[in-house]
Amino acid sequence: MSNLQVSIYRYNPETDSAPYMQEFQVDTKGRDLMVLDVLHMMKEQDNGLAFRRSCREGVCGSDGMNMNGKNGLACITPLSDVIKGNKLTLRPLPGLPVIRDMVVDMGLFYKQYERIQPYLQNDEPAPAIERLQSPEDRDKLDGLYECILCACCSTSCPSFWWNPDKFVGPAGLLQSYRFLADSRDNATEQRLSELEDPFSVFRCRGIMNCVAVCPKGLNPTRAIGKIRDMLLADAT
Amino acid sequence: MSNLRSLTYDAIIIGGGGSGLRAALELAKSGKKTAVLSKVFPTRSHTVSAQGGITCAIASSDPDDDWRWHMYDTVKGGDYIADQDAAEYMCSEGPKAVFELEHMGLPFSRFDNGRIYQRPFGGQSKNFGEGGQAARTCAAADRTGHALLHTLYQNNLKNNTTFLNEWYAVDLVKNSDGDVVGCIAMCIETGEVVQVKSKATVLATGGAGRIYASTTNALINTGDGIGMALRAGFPMQDMEMWQFHPTGIYGAGTLVTEGCRGEGGYLINKDGERFMERYAPNAKDLAGRDVVARSMVMEIIEGRGCGEKGDHVFLKLDHLGEDVLGKRLPGIVELSKTFAHVDPAKDPIPVVPTCHYMMGGIPTNVHGQAIMQDESGNDQIVNGLYACGEAACVSVHGANRLGGNSLLDLVVFGRAAGMFIESALNEGIEYLDASESDIEFAMKRMSRWNESEGGETVPALKAELQEIMQNSFGVFREEKNMQEGVQKLADLRSRIDNAYLPDKSNAFNTARVEALELDNLMEVAEATAIAALERKESRGAHSRYDFPDRDDVNWLKHSMYYPATKELKKRDVNFKPKTVDTFEPKVRTY
Repeated sequence: MSNLQVSIYRYNPETDSAPYMQEFQVDTKGRDLMVLDVLHMMKEQDNGLAFRRSCREGVCGSDGMNMNGKNGLACITPLSDVIKGNKLTLRPLPGLPVIRDMVVDMGLFYKQYERIQPYLQNDEPAPAIERLQSPEDRDKLDGLYECILCACCSTSCPSFWWNPDKFVGPAGLLQSYRFLADSRDNATEQRLSELEDPFSVFRCRGIMNCVAVCPKGLNPTRAIGKIRDMLLADAT
Repeated sequence: MSNLRSLTYDAIIIGGGGSGLRAALELAKSGKKTAVLSKVFPTRSHTVSAQGGITCAIASSDPDDDWRWHMYDTVKGGDYIADQDAAEYMCSEGPKAVFELEHMGLPFSRFDNGRIYQRPFGGQSKNFGEGGQAARTCAAADRTGHALLHTLYQNNLKNNTTFLNEWYAVDLVKNSDGDVVGCIAMCIETGEVVQVKSKATVLATGGAGRIYASTTNALINTGDGIGMALRAGFPMQDMEMWQFHPTGIYGAGTLVTEGCRGEGGYLINKDGERFMERYAPNAKDLAGRDVVARSMVMEIIEGRGCGEKGDHVFLKLDHLGEDVLGKRLPGIVELSKTFAHVDPAKDPIPVVPTCHYMMGGIPTNVHGQAIMQDESGNDQIVNGLYACGEAACVSVHGANRLGGNSLLDLVVFGRAAGMFIESALNEGIEYLDASESDIEFAMKRMSRWNESEGGETVPALKAELQEIMQNSFGVFREEKNMQEGVQKLADLRSRIDNAYLPDKSNAFNTARVEALELDNLMEVAEATAIAALERKESRGAHSRYDFPDRDDVNWLKHSMYYPATKELKKRDVNFKPKTVDTFEPKVRTY
């Protein structure tokens, strides 16, 4: 049986009063395709199906979506990882407004990213060559800088669903810690002072959905814990 | 008057990859009203996929390193049709541009002394080819492009650049003098079409690897800027020069960085032989990419390929050990497990030469100004039009790009274009406004798709185009096969000109974007095909069975493809660097 049954979320604001699930039959010829390949085959059946994609190798973060209940990147998720009983259900990332079909409005997500000032700050004059950094200090950025802004983590986080305007969310906080941990950045105090309200960081309840879904294997919960420690140390 | 809403900027940068963001940063810092218009959110641009690093003589791994050695390698790597004034500019300005990236926060890997980590890459030498292998490629593990692109995006946020994200540039707008005065663009989210007015239009639209069926390139690499410029009547330079990267993952096409071989990995055939020792006794696996790719194809043709079909070779990395793989090549381990189902710490990765990079593009000078030729063949600046990055042909890569030189090209020439535009704007620029008919002309193909009522649809036509290019314009080329390819493309063009867009809706209509992209793929494919057929020699990446030798008497030249007549002319290569002696053409061996 190589016909895969796919149920996918459809919504076109120009023609649909409400979203609905549409059924597709896709002939995979028994191959263990990536979910993105299946989407392309569906788009050949229905040209109007809208989804984002770019690198198709898991580094650009365009095709984050919810596959059989779990967020991930369609391009690096093989069917064998997600299908249950030959059925695949595809929905847009949860918690963000849908523009069309699988395409969500990422505005709130990006806003929280911008809020943490995601750039190196160092007010000392730069040397004529690079700033030096020991390999040990550079190692502290591993597991942080690799984030691809796919939003799989933040849109699987109940705290972010509840307060997307006030809780920075796992992706933004991971990036916040990426700069706090950088030996070349000297805006630590100012960065922390902008996070010490009850929502920005402290809405994290340690549910760890972010860790479970990150397609790059990163650990936002750990980074949030480190920020918490820094905030608490600062307060005492 | 036209009923399109208009947006006005001092400079509009089309494309949000490395070169576009670097140009934008320069202009944003200068306070000019600048916008980046990108069909994807900027960090989804293809720069993000660059792995191994950015090649530059920052004298970290070797304190005696010299940008002139890098320049020599670049000119030799390009098989002597790189412009030497441009290669000189890139290699000498490079260190400044790389240190700037580090100051912006790019998380480079480090040596014990705290300086930026550099690894060996193909075609690198010390002392003008006399001093052995150099290690000149600055790296952030094997995610250098990702680190670079995010750093540039972040610094544009810091400097308040305006972003038109998920907007698609449709065509250039020219005034009655032939000056470029902006473009027609569509907001993908709403479908609204606007006229963007600007005194400087920068095409930073990247490559077009999607003209081939098998490519390392992102799905978005459809040569949009090349298509726009060709439709506006501007020439393209060296379009026959396409790099096939030696190590695309067999079947999937995803890239495996040359850094693997830089770190000590090597290629083997089905007998387990390290075959590059036969083809390039000195540099071995770190010869130029064109040389390695051809050697792999020869192994396959001569029956020494691997696998059931004998149609690929293996990249052996297991001897490097898990520590080096985990520290220096973590992304490759991931990609290999995902797309080849191979753990490189245990087994070799199946690889095959795969379309990777377009050396040709919009001819420009070192300031990013687009160039055409007057009737007697003299260079002439195109007013208002600029290009940088892979879309441009400065040319620093000539007939074959060296690994790690692409990221350097992006930042050096993105920066140069930004600086030049800033001073040009300060001096004052006045062009005539576009007339109603100028705008209508630029709207023509958008209107055609919107009014199409029947015919063939986009996905099948695209697949056909990619098959033609794959079969007739690959690693090795030959007259008859290319002639057939050119003929098939001509037929295909008339079918694409009558193709059908079934979905006419406005909100996030990706089908419309893909239809507009198909026109651009067609333009790039045809320019490539005609240039490849007409260049009757073998040089760099352009390798012909029927003309196996380099012909410096007739072809030590750029090719210039003119879209109106579909003719190929020639343009002189620059052999006059300002501060060093000319590197005279020599036989190119590794």
